[in-house]
Amino acid sequence: MSQAALDTLISQEYKYGFVTDIEADTLPCGLNEDVIRLISAKKNEPEFMLNWRLQAFRHWLTMKEPHWSSTHYSPIDYQAISYYSAPKLKNRPKSLAEVDPKLLQTYEKLGIPLHEREILAGVAVDAVFDSVSVATSFKGKLAELGIIFCSFSEAVKEHPELIEKYLGTVVPHTDNFFASLNSAVFTDGSFVYIPKGVRCPMELSTYFRINAANTGQFERTLIIADEGSYVSYLEGCTAPMRDENQLHAAVVELIALDNAEIKYSTVQNWYPGDEEGRGGIFNFVTKRGLCRGIKSKISWTQVETGSAITWKYPSVILEGDYSVGEFYSVALTNHRQQADTGTKMVHIGKNTRSTIISKGIAAGHGQNAYRGLVKILKNATNARNYTQCDSLLMGEHCGAHTFPYIEVKNKTAQVEHEASTSKISADQLFYCQQRGISTEDAVSMIVNGFCKAVFRELPMEFAVEAQKLLGVSLEGSIG
Amino acid sequence: MLEIKNLHASIDGKEILRGINLTVKPGEIHAIMGPNGSGKSTLASVLTGREGYEITQGSISFENHNLLELAPAERAQAGIFLAFQYPVEIPGVSNIYLLKAALNAVRKAHGLTELDAMDFLSLVKEKLNLVEMDQDFLYRAVNEGFSGGEKKRNEILQMAILEPKLAILDETDSGLDIDALKIVSHGVNALRSPDRSMIVITHYQRLLDYIIPDYVHVLSQGRIIKSGGRELAKELEAQGYGWITEKNTDTENKTQ
Ligand SMILES: Nc1ncnc2c1ncn2[C@@H]1O[C@H](COP(=O)(O)OP(=O)(O)OP(=O)(O)O)[C@@H](O)[C@H]1O
Ligand SMILES: [Mg+2]
Repeated sequence: MSQAALDTLISQEYKYGFVTDIEADTLPCGLNEDVIRLISAKKNEPEFMLNWRLQAFRHWLTMKEPHWSSTHYSPIDYQAISYYSAPKLKNRPKSLAEVDPKLLQTYEKLGIPLHEREILAGVAVDAVFDSVSVATSFKGKLAELGIIFCSFSEAVKEHPELIEKYLGTVVPHTDNFFASLNSAVFTDGSFVYIPKGVRCPMELSTYFRINAANTGQFERTLIIADEGSYVSYLEGCTAPMRDENQLHAAVVELIALDNAEIKYSTVQNWYPGDEEGRGGIFNFVTKRGLCRGIKSKISWTQVETGSAITWKYPSVILEGDYSVGEFYSVALTNHRQQADTGTKMVHIGKNTRSTIISKGIAAGHGQNAYRGLVKILKNATNARNYTQCDSLLMGEHCGAHTFPYIEVKNKTAQVEHEASTSKISADQLFYCQQRGISTEDAVSMIVNGFCKAVFRELPMEFAVEAQKLLGVSLEGSIG
Repeated sequence: MLEIKNLHASIDGKEILRGINLTVKPGEIHAIMGPNGSGKSTLASVLTGREGYEITQGSISFENHNLLELAPAERAQAGIFLAFQYPVEIPGVSNIYLLKAALNAVRKAHGLTELDAMDFLSLVKEKLNLVEMDQDFLYRAVNEGFSGGEKKRNEILQMAILEPKLAILDETDSGLDIDALKIVSHGVNALRSPDRSMIVITHYQRLLDYIIPDYVHVLSQGRIIKSGGRELAKELEAQGYGWITEKNTDTENKTQ
């Protein structure tokens, strides 16, 4: 296949570009202690929350924006961002009938019919729309099991003791520039608590969507799996088209106690910018899990197709003996997108194991970097890691880069690393076409095949969506 | 069914096919032989619409349609199948997935509904038996780690499932052991029918003992320089290509 043909094939417009017009309750741009006090007051937060935010803010002021990743972008003016925006809703809706029809329409356009989804997939949805949760379902069923699944703001009000105990224990407010900023100004997010011995009977799912123009988005998610419990959590999002670059700096903290397991899956499809890279979302996320208990397990599975810039390293700290950390990732960059993503596996406990499978796909002028750290500390006897990083290049102008860092302080450790870079071949495409399969379907088939080891880890429903999303992200207009 | 007239094709400005004429009627089997590099695979590529070839002169009509106007997938949907000389590996895509996508794409193009999972599976099993392949192959990635012979058999499996009108077999016999050669030939013969034509590209007369052709053509330097019945293949086996290629250049020289 010629370069020109490949170029047209992979250049396609963002399908979900539209803005829902919901009157937003938005703060003017700028950041200072008063803004933080206002956010806290708007949310009726207890004293400890405000103090925590202020501490984070004061620390943030002493920090510098990091520039060690291989991404390039023009400077972000933090004073030009509005730090709070909420759809106007007097009372929280108790059912879909009470939800703003425009919002429901948005979900329709995204192909996320909430009602169907609830019934068909048995998924409880906590939809975050412009920083405030507006639709929640299956609460009752979960409550019977003692599972808490609610917006972060609600958890601050209803379960302050859990928030106070766990917030910032995995990602402290001093952790990094973007995490500190998030700690100071986060507006909402999700909270999950699974009690001892409970296996959450359904996938918990949140759809994020950034909406009001020029608004920073600072989500905060905290998931706690108590001893012997299990939960699978899905995060997915798309965003409407806009002009300004949008900063997104989320923090996700996961805590698994003895024998608990958390499976966290993400499909990320934020607006990547136009073909020249204008207007896309800057996604600077801190995601970290702590395997605190013995035999605990945390898996991150992510499919990243959106954003202009992605800077994201879902990590696991393997503190408990025999704990397990996993990272499965597909990252696709097209046009001018840049992704610098990977993971950190920090082995502290004995007999800890980690697996990293990373699949990077670069098309157009996309730049895709894998950056991973495997760290085995002194006491981590018999720790094991297996890392596999594969890159697939589509066309001549894109790039894939791999930066694996390995630090081993214990001689009994076994660390394995495999890497490969390949090109989608004209031979493979022609083979499929010769069997009657259209070019678009063929590309999608080959790319999905490349990602199979990761898709296998996604919950069924999500895997189907992820495959479609990859197809959509690569589909286009081949002549 | 297929009519190739004065076909000239080049790659990167280099002319490879230099005036091919060939007519294939329904039900006929044409064998194409010829030295390495003479343009046999190029002809197969041009017939199936592979990119990178420039058709500088001539025409190809398939069932009275201008084949050159169709995209590769459309040609496949119209019933042209190529068993590749070098089948490619597609990691992570299972053989059965590709088969199903291919069959459904072809069915869809003909306004048929997709086969349901049960019907598809029983069809595939029947065809697996035809080429004596194990079911395990269905769930392995397309051609990945297949031996040379297994890849060739897999091509015939696909052909049996897609039931093309015109099958082009590009050196399907090379790399096959004697038993596999018999199995593959048996599979191909089972697909012979009065309305299915085949173009069989081979270097060895041996294959033509099993798949008996109606015509044998010799391709040399981008032209068919001799055509005949199956006995031509035997002569070639005994004497090589020298005697015809020389004769051909002689006549060329004389005419100049
Ligand atoms: N992409 C290409 N660029 C330049 N030359 C090419 C290209 N592809 C094929 N050729 C040339 O075209 C000629 C015909 O090749 P082709 O593969 O059709 O031969 P063949 O008859 O199938 O040979 P074999 O019996 O070895 O399979 C050869 O000289 C080959 O080098
Ligand atoms: Mg050849």
